[in-house]
Amino acid sequence: MKKEEVPQDESNLSKSNVKELIYATDENGNYTTALSTGWEPKTIALNNSLDEINERIVFAKEEVAKGEMSPITYFMELNRMDIGILASYVGLWQWRVKRHFKPSIFRGLNDKILQKYATAFNISISELKNFKVE
Amino acid sequence: METNFTHHQSAHCENGVASNLLKHNGLNISEPMVFGIGSGLFFVYLPFLKVNYAPAISYRPMPGIIFNRLAKRLKLKIKRIKFSSESNAAKALDENLKNNIPTGLQVGVFNLTYFPDEYRFHFNAHNLVVYGKTNTHYLISDPVMENVTKLTHEELNKVRFAKGAFAPRGQMYYPIQIPQNIDLKPAIIKGIKNTCRDMLAPVPIIGVRGIRFVANRIKKWPIKHGTKKANHYLAQIVRMQEEIGTGGGGFRFIYAAFLQEASVILGNEKLKELSAEMTLIGDTWRDFAVNASRIYKNRSTQDDAYNTIANELLAIADKEEMFFKKLKMAIS
Repeated sequence: MKKEEVPQDESNLSKSNVKELIYATDENGNYTTALSTGWEPKTIALNNSLDEINERIVFAKEEVAKGEMSPITYFMELNRMDIGILASYVGLWQWRVKRHFKPSIFRGLNDKILQKYATAFNISISELKNFKVE
Repeated sequence: METNFTHHQSAHCENGVASNLLKHNGLNISEPMVFGIGSGLFFVYLPFLKVNYAPAISYRPMPGIIFNRLAKRLKLKIKRIKFSSESNAAKALDENLKNNIPTGLQVGVFNLTYFPDEYRFHFNAHNLVVYGKTNTHYLISDPVMENVTKLTHEELNKVRFAKGAFAPRGQMYYPIQIPQNIDLKPAIIKGIKNTCRDMLAPVPIIGVRGIRFVANRIKKWPIKHGTKKANHYLAQIVRMQEEIGTGGGGFRFIYAAFLQEASVILGNEKLKELSAEMTLIGDTWRDFAVNASRIYKNRSTQDDAYNTIANELLAIADKEEMFFKKLKMAIS
């Protein structure tokens, strides 16, 4: 890539005024570095992944509202986690975390376990327990 | 307290931290040089491992390997410590800062508050340098950022003890011994040989064969998983290839910069030609990203679009196979 071809598109980076470093060649074909504000294909790729996550969050919210799933699933998606990551944050086996997705089992959880989830999601126990879908 | 550390922005976090820490210790070594000697160019596809609900793909080796190989090949001594206790980890870091040692840390990205929200995923192989501490904050030199930044004590503790794959477990590292005379030549040759071996490895999911493997999978994705999932998978490939830290084109441009530097040090004209060739290969990776992004942007449903970009990827694999064979010849 030539230095003058380093893309300067608008991106999620430029919104926060962050620029990234790119290696490119100068007019003599020698390598140098240049800053880039972003590149459209990248932004599209990232937005595609973010849309995917948002869809998962909306879906989880609906499931919680219907009473099919416990609020843990919603907060897990909201924090961009999957079962493996959540299990390692709360220090429980994955099958136990999965079990806690069931509303009937979630209601019976003691505060010690709930606190682990609350800490992982950076919220309080009552926010987790009394989560209501508006 | 604050150490007199100089921040240089780099493309990739691990090379950047390595290069910045070594520069601080009097060894002037560029980011591409760190990347090349540490054999940072790699390709692996792990369909059975899912990251963010898509198959894992990586254009670099496991975190920590680049710096470790560099240290071995230049005979540097690097101290690496992991912790099981959070308070011990904080104590050890403070002790280092008191002794005027800027310290490299492996951290998780999710709680890095200075990153744009869109970039905060549970990715645990990020690296940064802590070069000072105030009553409320740690002073941070994050090599992918233009300027230095800071994190509160609690925030730093959180990112050091992020959980999930590659959990950093508070890992900190810093050079403790650097020999007086460093000979880059044998280290460069070892680094190049290692990269050629990796990229030409007779393993179906690694190197050139790995690229072909992905290409053939892409052809099947829309039929097997439907367009939506296929697009998500494709977007993940592009993200891993182009996201912050790659310097563009899945590290190909950094590697070309390394070959150019190496050709001067080794007095090998052939490497300069190969550097130009690698630049062209990097450009074809960029073209691939552009065409891939068109597919998932338009949500195009024709299967043919997937075949077309899969063939592009196959063409890249052929070019790289030729390239690494030539590179191997050029230094033997």
